[in-house]
Formats: sequence, C-alpha cells, structure tokens
Amino acid sequence: MNPLSSYIIHLADNALILGHRNSEWTGHGPILEQDIALSNIALDLVGQARNLYQLAAARMNALTSPKEPDISTPAKKSDDLSGGRRLITEDGLAYLRDAPEFKNVVLLEQTNGDWAKTILRQFYFSHFQWLQYDALRNGSEPALAAIAEKSIKETRYHVKWSSEWVCRLGDGTTESHGRMLNAMEDLNPWIPELFIPADYERFASASGQGIDPAALYSPWLQRVNKILETATLPLYPAEKKDGPVLSGKHGFHSEHLGYILAEMQFLQRAYPGCEW
Amino acid sequence: MNKENIISILGEVMDPEIPVLSITDLGILREVELSENGVIVHITPTYSGCPAMDAIQQGIRKILAKNGIERVKINQVLSPAWTSDWMSPAGKEKLEAFGIAPPALTAGCALAEAGNDEPDHCPLCRSKNVELISRFGSTSCKALYRCLDCREPFDYFKCH
Repeated sequence: MNPLSSYIIHLADNALILGHRNSEWTGHGPILEQDIALSNIALDLVGQARNLYQLAAARMNALTSPKEPDISTPAKKSDDLSGGRRLITEDGLAYLRDAPEFKNVVLLEQTNGDWAKTILRQFYFSHFQWLQYDALRNGSEPALAAIAEKSIKETRYHVKWSSEWVCRLGDGTTESHGRMLNAMEDLNPWIPELFIPADYERFASASGQGIDPAALYSPWLQRVNKILETATLPLYPAEKKDGPVLSGKHGFHSEHLGYILAEMQFLQRAYPGCEW
Repeated sequence: MNKENIISILGEVMDPEIPVLSITDLGILREVELSENGVIVHITPTYSGCPAMDAIQQGIRKILAKNGIERVKINQVLSPAWTSDWMSPAGKEKLEAFGIAPPALTAGCALAEAGNDEPDHCPLCRSKNVELISRFGSTSCKALYRCLDCREPFDYFKCH
C-alpha cells in the first residue's frame, strides 16, 4: 500500500476504534449529561474517521491499477464498479478489513473498564490527537490539512472535557483517586506506542504531509503532566520507555480488537452490501 | 433558472435538528454552480460527525427536484472549516426565538478556546444569571445551560 494511504488509514482507524469504544457507553453513562457527552465525542470521532476513510479511498482508487486491489477485502457495492473493478469505499475500509489490516494503536482498543479508565484513555489520546491535528493542519497534503483544521475544533472540547474529569476523579474521593491509579497502571504501558513512528509515519513526515509522532512527545508530556499534577495523581514518567511487544500501527493487536470488529462488522459480514 | 433563484430555493432547506434554521442561515450552503451537467451544490458540515448532513443532502435534492432540477451533484467541502461566525444575524434571531441561545461571540469563534464562550443571557427570561450544565448538549453544536432565575434549562449554540 502507498505509505501516505497507510498513514491516513492509521489516523482513521485510531478515530474509529476510539469512537466505537466510546459509543459502547451510550445508554450506560453514569448520569444522562455525561452519557450524552461521551456519545457526542464518539460521534465526532466517527465523523473524523469517515472523512479520513473517504480521503484514503479516493487516493487508493486513483492510485491502484485494476488488477491490484490495495486491500485484500475491498467493498462490494454493485454501483461502485468502475471499468470492471471494485472501487474502495469508506464503508469497505471500516467494515471489510480484518484485525491485522487495522492500524490503530493498541491503547484505543483496550476495554472500557470503569469510568476512570475510559476517561484516562480519552485524556491521554485527546491531548495527543490535538497536537497531531495541530501539526497536520499545516501539512502539505491539502485534503488532510482540511480534515485536521476541521477536526481540531472538535478535539479541543474532548481535551477540555477529559481533563476536567481527570481532575475531578484524581482530586475527588479516596475511591475515585484509587480508580484513577488503577487506570494508569492499566493504560500507561500502551502509551509509548503512540510516539514510536511506523514507517508510513516517517514517510509522511519526511514528505511534509504528516508528522513524526516522536516530535509530539515533549509537548504531550508537558500538557498531560500539568493536569495530572492538578489532579494530585502521579505524573507520567518522563523517561522514554520501550514500546510494548504489540504494535497496532503494524497490525499486531491485542485480542480485544477482534471482539470490537465482530460486533461492529457483523451486519456487513452477514448481509454483504446491505444498505438502509 | 439562475444561480440566485436556486440559492433562494435552497433557503427553504431546514436543518432537521434545529428546524427554524435553514442551511443558508447556518452557513452550511457555501456555493452553487451551474454547469452543463446540472447544478453543483457545495455544502460544508458543521461538525465532522453531524448526522444531519445526510438529511440535508436529501432535502436539497428533494426541493430542487420539486422545482424541476433533477441533475444535482452535492459536493462536501471541508476547507475553510465551518465556523459559527457564518451564522446569519437573522438566523441568530430565529434561534433565540426558538429558545436556543445563539453564539455569543459575533466574530472570532473559530479561534475561541473551548469554555471561553458563554451565552449572553437566558433565551427564555433574558436573565444573565446562567450556569453551564454540560459542554455537550442534545446535538454536537449545542451545550446545555440552566438559568438560575427562571430555573429553566436551555440549549446554547456553541461558538465553534
């Protein structure tokens, strides 16, 4: 696959998988307003994923030759036939790829756990995503820059909301503080992967179209630790750690992703091409 | 039919989630082009995940078809990113009359940091004594507030 297409799909997969995880809270939030807040964040993320998948699909359709489909299981919509070949669509990318083809980081496919774990995952990622979009909006790929410019306005709400919750829980009761400590223990091991560039990220960065995530580590650490300090929680350790054994960016996922896909893709797998 | 006629027809397409606002009031309609192959309508989404966009596209096709224009292409543009600065003054008045506080900043919404924008007053009793319940309301574009005088909750259309 063209490295820039891989890069865009990686960005899209991150947004889709976290959006899907958050949507699992819909109807189960601790109170109605927060249920709605997290559902809204899910909606923003899935919307961002759609824009990114559409861009990736358009690029891949323009780049691929008819005999060499860019992904192993492209969408199968009958009206997408062009010159006898199947065109790749946003739905095909979301619903018809299997786990090893997904490029999201492992952090985002982790189970929701309790409210503290969901909040902490959102907090870690939103701060990262804000920095990433901020860099991407100045990138040399105009369509990607436009998506970043649009998305960052939504991400700033996610940053604010999740940061407020980290403070509320961390500096709350003994119970809520303890739950945040547990969440940090669960999620901190998955953080280094965010900042270890995959080949396609290096390519995108070198060509000016994307950003090397390693460059985002210092600003991320500064932002996150400022909030963690206010929240009376232990800081995220500054020294760089080795990455986890798994690398979602390269398609090596935890078992959790398969369960997400089983539910998310069920309808398109059972009734291929189904529309309503 | 010329471009101005078409724009005025499209002014009848309402946002399904805020039925007093049209797509021209909201600044969702960006441009109309007439070409040999029909009409090209350029629209921009308010928020990336706004579920109203599909209904709005259907609304555009329906109303143009009713006026005899069948060949329509709808193009979604993302740049420049939509901002609530583009909401028309008439749109803001309609919002308030509907019970939704309009964006308080008249310009610079795009640059406003989340949380720095607050409704000017309660759209029901006009009291300035209001408090935030949640940054996230019944749709992506709204926050939920409560009036401390008339005690009614109300939606605030965020600066974005």
